Amino acid sequence: MKTLTFTVNGAPTQVDVEEHDYLAEVLRNRLGLTGTKIGCNEAECGICTVLVNGTPVVACIYPALRAEGASVETIEGLAQGDKLHPLQEAFVEGGAPQCGYCIPGIIMTAKGLIDTNPDPSDHDIKVALKDTLCRCAGYSFITHAIQSAAKQLRDGEPQDHLPSLPETVAPLNVIGRPFPRPDARLKVTGKALYSDDFAFPGMLHARTLRAKYPHARILKIDTSRAKALPGVHAVLTADDIPGEKNHGLVIQDWPALAVDKVRYIGDPVAIVAADTRDIASAALALIEVDYEVLPVVSDPVKAHEPGAPLVMESGNLLKHIKVRRGDVAQGFAEADLILEETFHTPTYEHAFLEPECSIGRIAEDGRYEIIVGSQIPYQDRSQVARCLGVPDDQVRIKGALIGGGFGGKEDIAGQVHVALLTRATGRPVKMLYDRHESLIFHPKRHATQITVKIGAKNDGTLTAVETTLYGDSGAYASLGEKVMTRATTHSAGPYEVPNVKADCYAMYTNNPPSGAFRGFGVLQSAFAVESAMDMLAERLGIDAVELRRKNLHRVGSVTNTGQTLRESVGLEKCLELVSAEVTKRKETTQPASKNKRRAWGLAVGYKNTGLGGGAPDKSSAEVELYADGTVQVRTSAAEIGQGLVGVVAMCAAEELGLKYEDVRVLLSDTDLTPDGGPTTASRQTFVTGNAARMAARTLRNAIEATLSELYDQPPQNIRFEEGLARVNGHSLPMSEVAQIFTRQGLQPKATYEYWAPKTQPLGTGGDMHFAFSYAAQAAEVEVDLDTGEVKVLQMVAAHDIGRAINPLALQGQIEGGMVMGLGHAMTEEFIVEDGIVFTDVLARYKMPSIKHAPPITSFIVEDAASTGPYGAKGVGEIASIPTLAAISNAVYNACGVRLHKLPVDQDSLLRALKSGKRTG
Amino acid sequence: MPLWEHYHRPSTVDQAIDNLAQYAGRARVLAGGTDLLLEMQQGRTAPVTAVVDITQISEIKTIEEADGYILIGAGVTHTAITHATLLAQKATCLVESCGVIGGPQVRNVATLGGNVAHALPAGDGTLSLIALDAEAEVAGPKGREWRPIGSLYVGPGKSALDHAAELIVRFRLKPHTAGEGSAFKRIMRPQGVALPILGLGAWVRVAGGVVEAARIALGPAGPRPLRAGQAEAFLVGKAFSRDLLPALAEHVLAEARLRTSPHRATAEYRTELILPLLARAVPLAVQRATTGHVTPEGIGEG
Ligand SMILES: Cc1cc2nc3c(=O)[nH]c(=O)nc-3n(C[C@H](O)[C@H](O)[C@H](O)COP(=O)(O)OP(=O)(O)OC[C@H]3O[C@@H](n4cnc5c(N)ncnc54)[C@H](O)[C@@H]3O)c2cc1C
Ligand code: FES
Ligand code: FES
Repeated sequence: MKTLTFTVNGAPTQVDVEEHDYLAEVLRNRLGLTGTKIGCNEAECGICTVLVNGTPVVACIYPALRAEGASVETIEGLAQGDKLHPLQEAFVEGGAPQCGYCIPGIIMTAKGLIDTNPDPSDHDIKVALKDTLCRCAGYSFITHAIQSAAKQLRDGEPQDHLPSLPETVAPLNVIGRPFPRPDARLKVTGKALYSDDFAFPGMLHARTLRAKYPHARILKIDTSRAKALPGVHAVLTADDIPGEKNHGLVIQDWPALAVDKVRYIGDPVAIVAADTRDIASAALALIEVDYEVLPVVSDPVKAHEPGAPLVMESGNLLKHIKVRRGDVAQGFAEADLILEETFHTPTYEHAFLEPECSIGRIAEDGRYEIIVGSQIPYQDRSQVARCLGVPDDQVRIKGALIGGGFGGKEDIAGQVHVALLTRATGRPVKMLYDRHESLIFHPKRHATQITVKIGAKNDGTLTAVETTLYGDSGAYASLGEKVMTRATTHSAGPYEVPNVKADCYAMYTNNPPSGAFRGFGVLQSAFAVESAMDMLAERLGIDAVELRRKNLHRVGSVTNTGQTLRESVGLEKCLELVSAEVTKRKETTQPASKNKRRAWGLAVGYKNTGLGGGAPDKSSAEVELYADGTVQVRTSAAEIGQGLVGVVAMCAAEELGLKYEDVRVLLSDTDLTPDGGPTTASRQTFVTGNAARMAARTLRNAIEATLSELYDQPPQNIRFEEGLARVNGHSLPMSEVAQIFTRQGLQPKATYEYWAPKTQPLGTGGDMHFAFSYAAQAAEVEVDLDTGEVKVLQMVAAHDIGRAINPLALQGQIEGGMVMGLGHAMTEEFIVEDGIVFTDVLARYKMPSIKHAPPITSFIVEDAASTGPYGAKGVGEIASIPTLAAISNAVYNACGVRLHKLPVDQDSLLRALKSGKRTG
Repeated sequence: MPLWEHYHRPSTVDQAIDNLAQYAGRARVLAGGTDLLLEMQQGRTAPVTAVVDITQISEIKTIEEADGYILIGAGVTHTAITHATLLAQKATCLVESCGVIGGPQVRNVATLGGNVAHALPAGDGTLSLIALDAEAEVAGPKGREWRPIGSLYVGPGKSALDHAAELIVRFRLKPHTAGEGSAFKRIMRPQGVALPILGLGAWVRVAGGVVEAARIALGPAGPRPLRAGQAEAFLVGKAFSRDLLPALAEHVLAEARLRTSPHRATAEYRTELILPLLARAVPLAVQRATTGHVTPEGIGEG
């Protein structure tokens, strides 16, 4: 140990550090300044940025002792007491934070910039923030907030920090207004607590030994040397699991610790809890495992061939999914033109900036308590309880904030393991995955091979679509079947096609599992079908917009699963808005310079809201009025950055005539908040928004009943506005209403269990889904004919999301989704070779940075869903769905090379250009 | 796991040499750490007992012009290089190459010395130093000596420096004078690691439109950064015009050993890039040499 003497946020500080400590560790663990976040520990994500003597540096690789004598500024030092720094203020009001995990690093990087450059241009900001990533990708909001804050500092006058937003329908009292997120203030001050920010006295640190091979039989595990290492408190293997050995969201096929066999390189084999993370790591190296290596299958098509190595003893086919409508043979016979093309999409990684972390402890009441940022708290509870062999009520899941999920935090990561280690040691246990572990372990987006065969008449009328899909589900089921079902049902696009046949083979392989990921299979099939539609248009000699217009879903259309769309189909409107805007923009676009080509491309998409397919889809919320006149809404639905907290608060405020600020939201504590179901399938605004709204309405009814009796007035004479209940000339503050209830021995609270409209299983016809969101997007790209480099210059989009509950949060989701889609098209690819993960550090997985984010022109279409809250449908996923094909269609239009594979590869693109081939 | 036990922060070069000597091979020089620390974390370097942090040594942190040379301390950060107006005018390609390394946080700590000592055949700073025919002053137990920059490279990631005993103190190079100019360009790939597919630094001396002298450095085009001597010889004595570029590219290709690096680039692709890269860098260097007007391009846009 050495003493480090330096200044932290203006305060002279002395702290004992290890000579090998990094500044980030010292700030977080020794000084308790957990506002500085760690996303990668490899100088790649930039979110650990702090200022050392005014200069932005990444604290994760900054040796702590180098800060001797220096002045260090962290996010905690920005606000003066309650008074936010203008940057923080602008970030809050300008809607920049979503999940919030990157925000401290972004703000500190921005502070470094505006301290030296008081009037930064867009370009200056792009340069300064180039390597400070935001996976929620609110880059335009971040840019706007920085400029707005800089102006405030320059002028010394308060600014309106709200960015300009697309037009939406007239707001109600609360609904439809661009409020900042309720948790934004915490997120900009570094006070927001994510799992790794919690610590308990006596807490142990856990690590996992993972498989050495992607496929192998375990012959023997010897943990004795690891157990003997001083500081080690427990080393557990599958034999030590008291309850069920497996977990799994649909099929319980995933061993919490490997039993007999490992099926992929991330499979956990043993877990260790020790006094420090370093000791736990040292112990891992002492565990001896004897393996018999087995042949590996790492390609879903090969996995389906006879004689392929078996990942699961029961066979490699996880599910054969079929969609049938009409008679495709007949449809193709009627066609004037038939086109058949095969497309590939790679595995994609969520790359949420917060790696997985769970803490387990035995609470004061003797029950297990797990702190985790999870997308499905109640299912976590039952999965943990099952493995422990205890009833569900012996486990409490306490949700921490989630630093991005995108579907990647639905499966069990460390929740079960910390519970087991806590049980074994009696001590609190934290299990934090490092980035490498996160990359190799958690379920990804399915890699797919999709063949699309389309038949059409000369006038463009589609007569048949036949699709064959292979999905790489990896080593375990996770949500693979559900994801690939969605890929399959959406694989003919949002088009009315009389004859459809789709077959999908979701296959087990020895790759990391695939599961939920924003877009849930539909990104992949949309890329395929929307590329094929452009190819078809060209072959038919019809304009690509016209071809789509001719066939798209409208009210009255029947989908390929046999569902008649009765309302809320805003696709045509989306298409018109986007194509008109593109036409307008084409007139004003600058021509490309020599040897570069510019062009636009367009695609459409649709995505179900809610679980659908016959799954019971419900959510519960509780609303309680407090003596101070504020209201709390409680529900176990996850806030993963999408803005659900705000939606829930707004629904309750609207119904109770309250100010938005007077509603607080408590999420994801299985002891205190009723089940909101999984945060998946763009469902939470719809189901939990409805639950909150109905719970608030139930409370309002109760208040009306009480007041109407007290004042002898019919309920309809009671109005709720501006935080007051008005009865016949009396204006009662809500605090007084609460007191009336208490005086009468009543509880001013209400719970509502909302059941979404019933849906039908695939293959049975009828409504497979209760709502769909729609989008049309266009991208302008520039292709460099000398180098094959591709740039996305700008994008135009229109989304039909039913109703914009909060236009600010909505636009954040839309831009973030589009930039993620752009990442999938342009920069991202998770590479696995024969089961070995090549992309095992963040440096090998490039997500879009601020320099990739193009200007986006966005239109909102509000074709209301009658059962949605105020007409709203899902928005979380649709925004990424058309993007991939819009970009690849633009690349084709620019240079004549058709991409059958993503991401765009400038290398093969250039070689195709040079060799005169038309496909890349 | 702890990557080292002892952390030294000497304030002179001699102390640093002593610190290294103390550990008989089990110590490493630490500058910005943006290569070294990641390599250590990923188990790609031999384990060490100590690191010797050289960032406190003021002697290695200065940029100056003296005795007909520009002297740049090995501990100068890429940010400092991009901000130095002296370098923008008189060592333009170096500013352009250091300006595209990483992002600002990396450039704020990463050093030119680290870039050279890391010995990648396509280190961006490296390529410009080679194009500028720089020398490095190396200090070791036996004292200091100037070595030609190219002699420091043995193979990909393998430096001729004795990491256990030596350190680079500073670099020197001849400033651009009238009629001289340089430029650096590279081509990246948006996916995967931040290593260029191909980078190229060019320096020329032009008189009356005729190229009097030229240096072209590129990488990765072999195990070590490549000086394209044959291409340079082809240019010298010719009146420069863009029409020379295709032939120039042929000369470069005759010398370059372009390889396929998995998940980064194919050899065919790299072959295709030689001409466009030359076309971006060489005419620009000539133009700068001819007009004397220099504005470094692409800073921060890497
Ligand atoms: C996100 C990111 C992006 C990057 N992008 C690029 C890029 O675009 N282009 C590029 O070229 N590089 C890039 N790098 C690599 C790196 O930043 C540079 O090579 C940098 O110049 C290394 O300098 P450093 O001071 O950090 O070296 P260190 O990591 O401190 O040291 C590197 C090596 O040099 C030795 N060393 C350091 N200084 C001396 C000295 N004075 N004498 C002797 N030995 C010494 C060390 O012992 C070690 O072996 C990137 C790195 C990161 C993390
Ligand atoms: S750069 Fe430090 S945590 Fe990612
Ligand atoms: S808000 Fe930036 S990563 Fe989520």
